[in-house]
Amino acid sequence: MSLDKDAVARIARLARLKVPDEELAPLAGELSGILAWIEQLNEVDTKNVEPMSSVSDVTLPQREDKVTDGGIAEKILANAPGGAVYIEQTDKNAGGFFTVPKVVE
Amino acid sequence: MAALTDLTLTALKAALDKKEASAVEVAEAHLKKLDEHRALNAFITETPERAREMAKASDARRAKGEAALLEGVPLAIKDLFCTEGVQTTAGSHILEGFVPQYESTVTANLWKAGAVMVGKTNLDEFAMGSSNMTSYFGGVENPWKKRGDNRKLVPGGSSGGSAAVVAAYMVPGSTGTDTGGSIRQPAAFCGIVGLKPTYGRCSRWGVVAFASSLDQPGPFARTVEDSALLLQGMAGHDPKDSTSAPLAVPDFAAAARNTDIKGLKVGIPREYRVEGTAAEIVALWDKGIEMLRAAGAVPVEVSLPHTKYALPAYYIVAPAECSSNLARYDGVRFGLRVPGKDLIEMYQNTRGAGFGKEVRRRIMIGTYVLSAGYYDAYYKKAQQIRALIARDFKQAFEKCDVLLTPTAPTAAFAAGEKMDDPVTMYLNDMFTIPASMAGLPGISVPAGVDKDGLPLGLQIIGRSFDEETMLRAAAALEKAAAFTLRPTGY
Repeated sequence: MSLDKDAVARIARLARLKVPDEELAPLAGELSGILAWIEQLNEVDTKNVEPMSSVSDVTLPQREDKVTDGGIAEKILANAPGGAVYIEQTDKNAGGFFTVPKVVE
Repeated sequence: MAALTDLTLTALKAALDKKEASAVEVAEAHLKKLDEHRALNAFITETPERAREMAKASDARRAKGEAALLEGVPLAIKDLFCTEGVQTTAGSHILEGFVPQYESTVTANLWKAGAVMVGKTNLDEFAMGSSNMTSYFGGVENPWKKRGDNRKLVPGGSSGGSAAVVAAYMVPGSTGTDTGGSIRQPAAFCGIVGLKPTYGRCSRWGVVAFASSLDQPGPFARTVEDSALLLQGMAGHDPKDSTSAPLAVPDFAAAARNTDIKGLKVGIPREYRVEGTAAEIVALWDKGIEMLRAAGAVPVEVSLPHTKYALPAYYIVAPAECSSNLARYDGVRFGLRVPGKDLIEMYQNTRGAGFGKEVRRRIMIGTYVLSAGYYDAYYKKAQQIRALIARDFKQAFEKCDVLLTPTAPTAAFAAGEKMDDPVTMYLNDMFTIPASMAGLPGISVPAGVDKDGLPLGLQIIGRSFDEETMLRAAAALEKAAAFTLRPTGY
């Protein structure tokens, strides 16, 4: 499978990656190279082979349905890139928000 | 007594236990080494103050008679493990300045066992790479050099910093993570021991995720017994990681002290004799077979027919999981934010500027193979191949107890080599990826040097959750190979 510049631009948009125009062509070459190399998997007959999604054969454990944490808003907001906003300045573990650019006029 | 920094982890623990040195003295001796060898660029963040505090607390516990398994032992931590209050970058610009508010389970286990953190080590960005050249913080230098050649060599990757600091005697042990070979390959390049446990042996909670069905933390050390002891401190069931195995932690160090392999069946997979492997590595592999035979083991030829498909299948599975895991870096809740005219553009700008070339490449491959219409052709196909690879190993282990293979197809290469074509770099992991795909434990043991004097490693692969037999074989190999060289100047 060979990818062209447009296909790479489409994948980049799906992945939410800004890729400068001049990088699209070299990327198309690299990605096509990787995909061509991967094509060799088609030599293998996998009819009736159950796909393996996990190496552990145990069923995923379920925990008791109860609250195990909370009240750590300040910790959760500690690395907020736009800074955190609190409703109550006196109680930083009760509320608080991440900030993002304005999206509605 | 030898210098504190020359001791193995086991010997250092004994010296501390006999009160021949305090944890504070041990920490200071190693911090001095960090100062001396800073040019290797092996650390992203050094934590001398934290080390001194932890060492003091360790001495206080010992004075009260509360010494734990790794009491007072200084360790370096791959900068992929979240450490509370200490910057954790994953080698990426997008996480520069990120200060976790919680501690990963593996590091928490180590601190509970009394270990002391000296710093966070450099790595390929998000653990994606085999040379440490993809780190945003610059490549790490391998302490080893070719004889009569002053060029800088790579330490391997992705856990290159963690391997280099142990090889350079800056610490007796460190942590790494292994997705497709990221512990074993750098261990081979740096002439030390690197152990990838069975998937599920160590908790992944608090480890920055790359490919969740493959990622597994493990130790680096200079001896097999040291790596076993460290694994003992790291491992254990963790309810916070749903894939963590609910098993008790065996006495791994005791298993590594037993070098009796009489009658042990050592499988030699014929498909690992492939073109592109350095002749000296093939010769070393043959020598390793003879060493184990001389020690009483029985080599048996086995077949792993789908070996050659492990690497391309991995380059579907790992990028697919990476594209999904790395979707969280959007500039909203943590990490870098690059503004844009709207939300979508902010995401795109942030991720475009925050991720390096190799990470972007893998996210795009992953996005493509998971996209509508291609899922069956790529991801499902790769998962089916993965099932066949796991079945190969299962059948081989009906005929043998462990497998012996080379760790990497070459010795350490120069910085900047193999960068032209991504697939050339990927081939570095051809011997380590199959076991990763099957979730099996593997350990690299330094077993010789090439004509340039560079270390070479051999890999022992064990059955699922049978690290003990693997360690016994590795210890026997270590004893027979008697690798005692160290890099000049370290």
